[in-house]
Amino acid sequence: MYRYVLKRLLLLIPVLLGVSMLVYCILDLAPGDAADILAPDDATLEEKEALREEMGLNRPVLIRYFEYMWNLLHGELGTSYLSPITVWDAFTQKAPNTLKLGLASVIFAVGLSLPLGIYAARHRGSWKDALSMILAILGLSMPNFWLGLLLMLLFALRLGWLPSGGADKGFLSLILPTFTIGTGMMATLTRTTRSSMLDVIRQDYLRTARAKGVNEEVVIKKHALKNALIPIITIIGTMLGGILGGATLTESVFSWPGVGRLIIDSLNGRDTPVVTGCIIMTTMFFSVVLLVVDLVYAFVDPRIKAQYSNKNKKKGGEKKDGEKAATA
Amino acid sequence: MAKKQQQPKLDANGERKQRSQAGEAWHRMKKDRGAMLGLVVVSIIILVALLANVLLDYDEDVIGMHTKERLQSPNAKHLLGTDEYGRDILFRILYGARYSLSVGLVAVAIALTIGVTLGAIAGYNGGAVEEVIMRFTDIFSSVPNMLMALVVVSALGQSMLNLMIAIGVTSVPQFVRITRATVLTVRNQEYVESARAIGLSTPKIIVSHILPNSLSPIIVQTTLRVASAIISASSLSFLGLGIPAPNPEWGSMLSGGRKFIRDYPYMTLYPGLAIMITVLSLNLLGDGLRDALDPKLKN
Repeated sequence: MYRYVLKRLLLLIPVLLGVSMLVYCILDLAPGDAADILAPDDATLEEKEALREEMGLNRPVLIRYFEYMWNLLHGELGTSYLSPITVWDAFTQKAPNTLKLGLASVIFAVGLSLPLGIYAARHRGSWKDALSMILAILGLSMPNFWLGLLLMLLFALRLGWLPSGGADKGFLSLILPTFTIGTGMMATLTRTTRSSMLDVIRQDYLRTARAKGVNEEVVIKKHALKNALIPIITIIGTMLGGILGGATLTESVFSWPGVGRLIIDSLNGRDTPVVTGCIIMTTMFFSVVLLVVDLVYAFVDPRIKAQYSNKNKKKGGEKKDGEKAATA
Repeated sequence: MAKKQQQPKLDANGERKQRSQAGEAWHRMKKDRGAMLGLVVVSIIILVALLANVLLDYDEDVIGMHTKERLQSPNAKHLLGTDEYGRDILFRILYGARYSLSVGLVAVAIALTIGVTLGAIAGYNGGAVEEVIMRFTDIFSSVPNMLMALVVVSALGQSMLNLMIAIGVTSVPQFVRITRATVLTVRNQEYVESARAIGLSTPKIIVSHILPNSLSPIIVQTTLRVASAIISASSLSFLGLGIPAPNPEWGSMLSGGRKFIRDYPYMTLYPGLAIMITVLSLNLLGDGLRDALDPKLKN
């Protein structure tokens, strides 16, 4: 198991280098650079060129990238072009806000979707099932920035119950953005929970349990849900992994001071180190969370746990895990 | 459940009626009310998009300013009201279908072409080629879609074509994965082996034997991706990185209406509703197609 974790972490290095190179080079295609943004409006071409020289922007992109990568390999994300702050500081200032929002949304989504999905599966084919599925597909089809605006209109502007933006009112500020992001997550998770429960509900061991006279609550909670959990955990894991990078629009609607807005502002300012750094951190977070999810499987499902312990004996198991990681 | 148990239809000789594979899928889909609703609405939206430039005068009805009629709430003359320049919101939404649909379709066509080609090559050849393609796919898909699209579109600049490219390119990995996976399952079938035995070239085998038999998941994925491409396009336009003003793209209409949300909420409400109806019907259609093409998956 440790070997597996180590291998996955080592595999992360080429992915992160690839991501950094991709983002760095794509950004370099953009017309204009940070010198254009920093220079005063009345700056002459010579002054801009001098500024470029000073910032090192006039060197070829590959040289700048290798220098960036060299620093990256030493754990340095560099400094922002536009302000004296380091990329690490800029990121860590904003990340807690985004993480807080993301976690709240996941909790909201899980809390609603699991009961709703189970409920739909238990009443399959009835109007209750149809209604739950209509709710889910509505949530999936709604652009979440639009939902955010509507919620803001109703609860902040009309009713005045909640703040319309910012993060300075503590829990109250969190409610609307959480609801906005959580609704989209809820839709996917409800559908997964329902179909996963349906797969299990037809199994013989459930019929056996019922025939033995086990009470329905226990059948659903202990026998069905436990066996339906793997696909549900996969989706929850993907959501958790995506929280750092997935809140961009909602953050922009609610002026939430998070990583998404930092990335947009930096993109507008052609601040390549900050954009690249934030995307590297987001990617790393995503990959690490997915790795943790893969490990959680082993705790939920003894069959998967057995695979890990067999792996040292059999070489074949390793390939299978690699494939699972690729599809996750 | 009761429906599934129905006796198959028998013809005069008491034999089961034969249908083609597509006919069978269509027959199953006809029973799915959600899918049929989706199909009808999508057809109407396509029709609107095709006819909008015939029925509406772009310069006059869509982007022409009529300051006397500015900021009118929905009324008999302007069914959905007018915006801050006096432009009719209904007209702009109808015309906007052209942008959303074409961005959605072209972006997915880009993703489909690149993704299916790479996925088929990876799945059929295996070995080092597969390894390189899949690792590259991993790198590309480990950046959240929205962020990648943001980076690409801000590097290329703001235009409709660049928006299509940005969304198309970020949707490639899903198509690579799904094509590779389905190709892997048909690669070792006997008919492929016999095609190889009679000496067909690899590209020919992939195009005429492997892809037709891997189509179902690709069709379903395409429908659902068009839906999400439309959301991505309007999201980027909402952030000011998509189709530039004064074009009536739904996302940029929403972003324009946002300034007036307190007093004129209809300006934000209707463009969003248009996005939702379009995406919803595409999703319903995609779900229905999946159930019809692959009944094994249906619960």
